Amino acid sequence: MAKFGYDEAVVVIVGSGAGGGTLANELCQKGVKVVVLEAGALQSPATFLNDEWKSFSQLAWLDNRTTSGNWRVAKDFPNLPTWICKTVGGTTTHWAGASLRLEAHEMKAKTTYGNLKGANLQDWPITLKDLEPYYAKAEDKMGVTRTNGIPGLPGNNNFKVLHAGAKKLGYKEVHTGNMAINSVPRHDRGRCMQIGFCFQGCKSGAKWSTLYTELPAAEKTGNIDLRPDSHVTRIEHNDAGKVSGVIYFDKDGKEQRQKARVVCVAGNSIETPRLLLLSASNKFPDGLANSSGQVGRNYMRHLTASIYAAFKEPVHMYRGTTMAGIIRDEAGNNTKRGFVGGYEMETLSLGLPFMAAFLNPGGWGSEFSWWMEQYANLAGMWIVGEDMPRETNRVTLHKDLKDKWGSAIPNVHFDDHDNDLAMRNHAFTAGENVYKAAGAIKTFRTPPYPSTHNLGTCRMGLDAKTSVCNSFGQTHDISNLFISDGSQFTTGGAENPTLTIVTLAIRQADHIAAQMSSKNL
Amino acid sequence: MKIIPIANSTIALSECEETEGTVTKQLLPLTRREFLSGTGILFGSIAMGSTLAALAPSPAWALELKTLSTAEGTTLMKMGRVLYPHAKLPDAVYALLAKDLDAGDAKTVAMLKDGIASLNKAAKGNFDNANDAAKLVAVKSIEGTPFFNAVRGKCITSLYDNDMAYAAFGYPGSSWDKGGYITRGFQDLKWLPEPSKEASPEPYMG
Repeated sequence: MAKFGYDEAVVVIVGSGAGGGTLANELCQKGVKVVVLEAGALQSPATFLNDEWKSFSQLAWLDNRTTSGNWRVAKDFPNLPTWICKTVGGTTTHWAGASLRLEAHEMKAKTTYGNLKGANLQDWPITLKDLEPYYAKAEDKMGVTRTNGIPGLPGNNNFKVLHAGAKKLGYKEVHTGNMAINSVPRHDRGRCMQIGFCFQGCKSGAKWSTLYTELPAAEKTGNIDLRPDSHVTRIEHNDAGKVSGVIYFDKDGKEQRQKARVVCVAGNSIETPRLLLLSASNKFPDGLANSSGQVGRNYMRHLTASIYAAFKEPVHMYRGTTMAGIIRDEAGNNTKRGFVGGYEMETLSLGLPFMAAFLNPGGWGSEFSWWMEQYANLAGMWIVGEDMPRETNRVTLHKDLKDKWGSAIPNVHFDDHDNDLAMRNHAFTAGENVYKAAGAIKTFRTPPYPSTHNLGTCRMGLDAKTSVCNSFGQTHDISNLFISDGSQFTTGGAENPTLTIVTLAIRQADHIAAQMSSKNL
Repeated sequence: MKIIPIANSTIALSECEETEGTVTKQLLPLTRREFLSGTGILFGSIAMGSTLAALAPSPAWALELKTLSTAEGTTLMKMGRVLYPHAKLPDAVYALLAKDLDAGDAKTVAMLKDGIASLNKAAKGNFDNANDAAKLVAVKSIEGTPFFNAVRGKCITSLYDNDMAYAAFGYPGSSWDKGGYITRGFQDLKWLPEPSKEASPEPYMG
């Protein structure tokens, strides 16, 4: 591993997940010197744990946060709005692997859906066509099944139930998904062992994670200095209004200043806007890159609801991949259903401990116990749908509460939009119908819980007055400050976002390297 | 997951042979009392021959409390059974709830003692001896109090994240150490039609 000096003006990337980890490798491959500051510790497939609570302590971002708004998460999990990771590799350690491209119409949400009251819709500043070549690179890099000649994964029992119900209802696009999990050995990683525990870090390394793909590849170039346990508290700028360095606390708790030529923020959609807001100065009193006032706004979390169904016969849904298959027929924009946008239905399973925690948060009594006793006979699915960006759904700095580094903690405010509620109700019914068609004796609607898909809080757009960054994630206000994670998303689409985050990072790396060569950065 | 952290009981099985999971007070061996120095003691046994018995260090179990009395520990166990009633789970699992709550600081202990008193009051004096319906009414009457929230919240981890619960509900826990499920039935479901090979290709077996 390279070691760069604190006074070397390198490209500093904050975060090592899908956005930051990919961007780091792409830049290193082009000969750019990169320092990656990762708040979390270094793990490996060897240290990952097949134990839900212990793994949660090992990987999850557990720093205190507060919540407000009418969403149920504020009541059930007031200090845990998200289920994302603080570890090298970020949330790519925890993600289930679903890798779907955005649809063309989703990138033109304003044009397609029109003016929706209470929704701050915009078209993306780029089209699907612009992204296609980069999507292709990302799919190859990540080894997405059903692309590049890679076969689909074998479906587990949970998929068999989903598939049988879906087919009975006449759904057409039902298969084991486009997954960044090796179905066959590829890129020095083995094929999936159907271990389960995809959420707890893949112990076989079959699932793509920047931890053991992008970051080691970057290391081979000699151009990366990866610093785990390094929590960034502030981005600094010079008199000209360009960012010049970052302040962080290192693994020994010592405050450090790393000089930077370019700063790329990839801390996921809560921490990224928080860091910009925490970096407010006399020159930028509302925070960095926030002349539009949009930093922290338009927070989206995908529809996120789940359905469990009990059957007379065993399912053993925990065996094998967590996201084992998909129904895509409801993903389109069909307003006859009473809402705009669409949703995916994807299998989901939880172990017994997390089933107790998430089935019906706060629930108790004999009905709850009945569901727990059905555990071996349960099948489960997750709803991933497009939720509406709203200016008032936002990340702000808490007025009073500070973290251990003395920085204001983030508050996450979220109110469901009527469109979200209509879509969720439709999806609950559709999901229940799938399981009833497969012979379920009972179904259960699990409410949204802490989200892993967090988007939109530093959105990209054409107009600097209404967006934070341009289509390359370059902030409108500060040309050497970039947004490199899902915060860039103008709207959320219905698809799991990781593939798009990786795609945007590859595209951003090309842009940064070119701008550096032409001395614009 | 927690492996049952209950102390191996030295009480002879014959002395606490019972079927309901509780032992009458007069059978308490004095030597045991002297040996344990805690504030209270919970004990019972797991039915011989059950799948769960194989997991316990011994069919007889005893649990020493650090801050709560035996009566208070027993009340917490019984409250746990009202919140999450499982005939499949022996008292030993509910004892884990009492043990985990017992580990709190002074403020928590005071809150628990007050809460237990209020639960007894709600059950007209004695929660433990109330019938099932009266127990449920008493628990419902304190729903939403900090005590209720603390006990209910602790139940989630105490009752459902231990090897006895895993066995009772059919969850095997860790699988990587057994090679995952690639050769152990991840697609053994036979009671529904098989998906096509396009929808679900054959597993790669090398």
